[in-house]
Amino acid sequence: MENKQSYFGEVKSAFKTLALGMKVTMKEYFTPKSTEQYPENRKTTLHVAKRHRGRLVFKRDENENYKCTACTMCEKACPNGTIKILSEMVTNEETGRKKKQLLDYEYDLGDCMFCELCVNACNFDAIEFTNDFENAVFDRSKLVLHLDKEIYKGGSLPNLIEGGADWEVGTFNTKKK
Amino acid sequence: MFDFSIVTKWFDELLRVTCGLGNFSAILIECVLVGLIILIAYAVLAIILIFMERKVCAYFQCRIGPVRVGWWGTLQVLADVLKMLIKEIFIVDKADKLLYYLAPFLVIAASVGTFSFLPWNNGAHILDFNVGIFLVTAVSSIGVLGVFIAGWASNNKYSVLSAMRGAVQMISYELSLGLCLISAVILTGTMQISGIVEAQTGPWQWLIFQGHIPALLAFLVFCVAGNAEANRGPFDLAEAESELTAGYHTEYSGMGFGFYYLAEYLNLFVISGLATTVFLGGWAPVNIGVEAFDAVMDLIPGLFWFLAKTFFVVFLLMWIRWTFPRLRVDQILKLEWKYLMPLSLVILVLMTVCVAFGWTFTIA
Repeated sequence: MENKQSYFGEVKSAFKTLALGMKVTMKEYFTPKSTEQYPENRKTTLHVAKRHRGRLVFKRDENENYKCTACTMCEKACPNGTIKILSEMVTNEETGRKKKQLLDYEYDLGDCMFCELCVNACNFDAIEFTNDFENAVFDRSKLVLHLDKEIYKGGSLPNLIEGGADWEVGTFNTKKK
Repeated sequence: MFDFSIVTKWFDELLRVTCGLGNFSAILIECVLVGLIILIAYAVLAIILIFMERKVCAYFQCRIGPVRVGWWGTLQVLADVLKMLIKEIFIVDKADKLLYYLAPFLVIAASVGTFSFLPWNNGAHILDFNVGIFLVTAVSSIGVLGVFIAGWASNNKYSVLSAMRGAVQMISYELSLGLCLISAVILTGTMQISGIVEAQTGPWQWLIFQGHIPALLAFLVFCVAGNAEANRGPFDLAEAESELTAGYHTEYSGMGFGFYYLAEYLNLFVISGLATTVFLGGWAPVNIGVEAFDAVMDLIPGLFWFLAKTFFVVFLLMWIRWTFPRLRVDQILKLEWKYLMPLSLVILVLMTVCVAFGWTFTIA
């Protein structure tokens, strides 16, 4: 942008914009801070938004059946090759129709970049991300998960899947009990 | 106001009369003691300032800063100091050894030197010459030399670049800094720091009130130029982290770096202290002309007033630092030579006219 302001016009606009900046930061100074005191508050006031992408899980109904049909749309959508699906063709004896059946749904948490493209690609609403974020382990091999074998019942923290405690801004939340 | 010189005179008498020491040994003991006090105050203030900077910066950035070490993070800086003390000091292979070692000491010497000019209380001036203000600017110039030598001796392209930027900036801004101080000297008629503060005792006698418009402008210019002089805030292009790694002190480790770190924060304190001394009345308490109120205010020691006002200015400078983005080198020079320098010359003339015609604000 070409600056066509006069000398004093420049000074005037400089003062105006500088004062505006100072006003903004001063307002920010007194805004309640939203920092979470994590390890202390993990069982009390910790709040993790439901939409936070912690890890991938299978959606299951009340009989703990999953909906995955091994169509491999998620595997194809994944930019990292995080998901590997093994399947076989099974012939239904009554109808004589062939159907794909899931043998193994391998999800490597260590490779995942939490882009949610797999969930978007899924046509059967079979997978979703949960906000369970405490995924640290001591061995990389433990990060390779088999989603069809495990029945996910929530992670290491109680009530986390519902978002944990209510979101409070500005309280210094180090309560341990 | 409590006159601190009672204490110093008592101590002097204790040495000379009660202990019967001669002139030389009495002065030697006094000098060593005063030097010790200065250095301790220097270190303690540096720790307080670094802690304050971290907290204030965090709050401006919607964080809460260090909270883990000690209560509310109070011991964080001590832990950092400890870390810095036990770090290895290494020598860059192709550095200019003598200058490389010399530079941090020049910086710290300039910093401690200007630090000792501050008026802590009535009668508690450590260095108090009849050309005090002039000498402060002279001593602070040694710091520029330290910065420049450090960059040059490190034998590192980024460091040289940073040193050049630093030198250009500090030499330029010293001009308007000096001119602002001179306008205060015109108003008070003395260069002695104790004299300048004494001229500001009494109701509404702080120079910023006494000199109204020109003094207020001078205070603003002083804050901007001082910030540049301390290599901080929007003028930190000498150590521009994103461009020059760390600037002129890239090649220093351990306490060599620690000295620069200390000097940076103490320069901030010294600039704020000078602004307080010259424009906000130094140790002079808030007097509004109501006798009862003034009497109560006079009971509060001058040290408290000085520190309170200085930390107010420090906060102001931190506010500026964490608000504005860094200037480019041409913008910095443009700001100084096209705006601040002419403005401070105008202030000088305005102040002279005001003083000559007696248009200063005084309650008789």
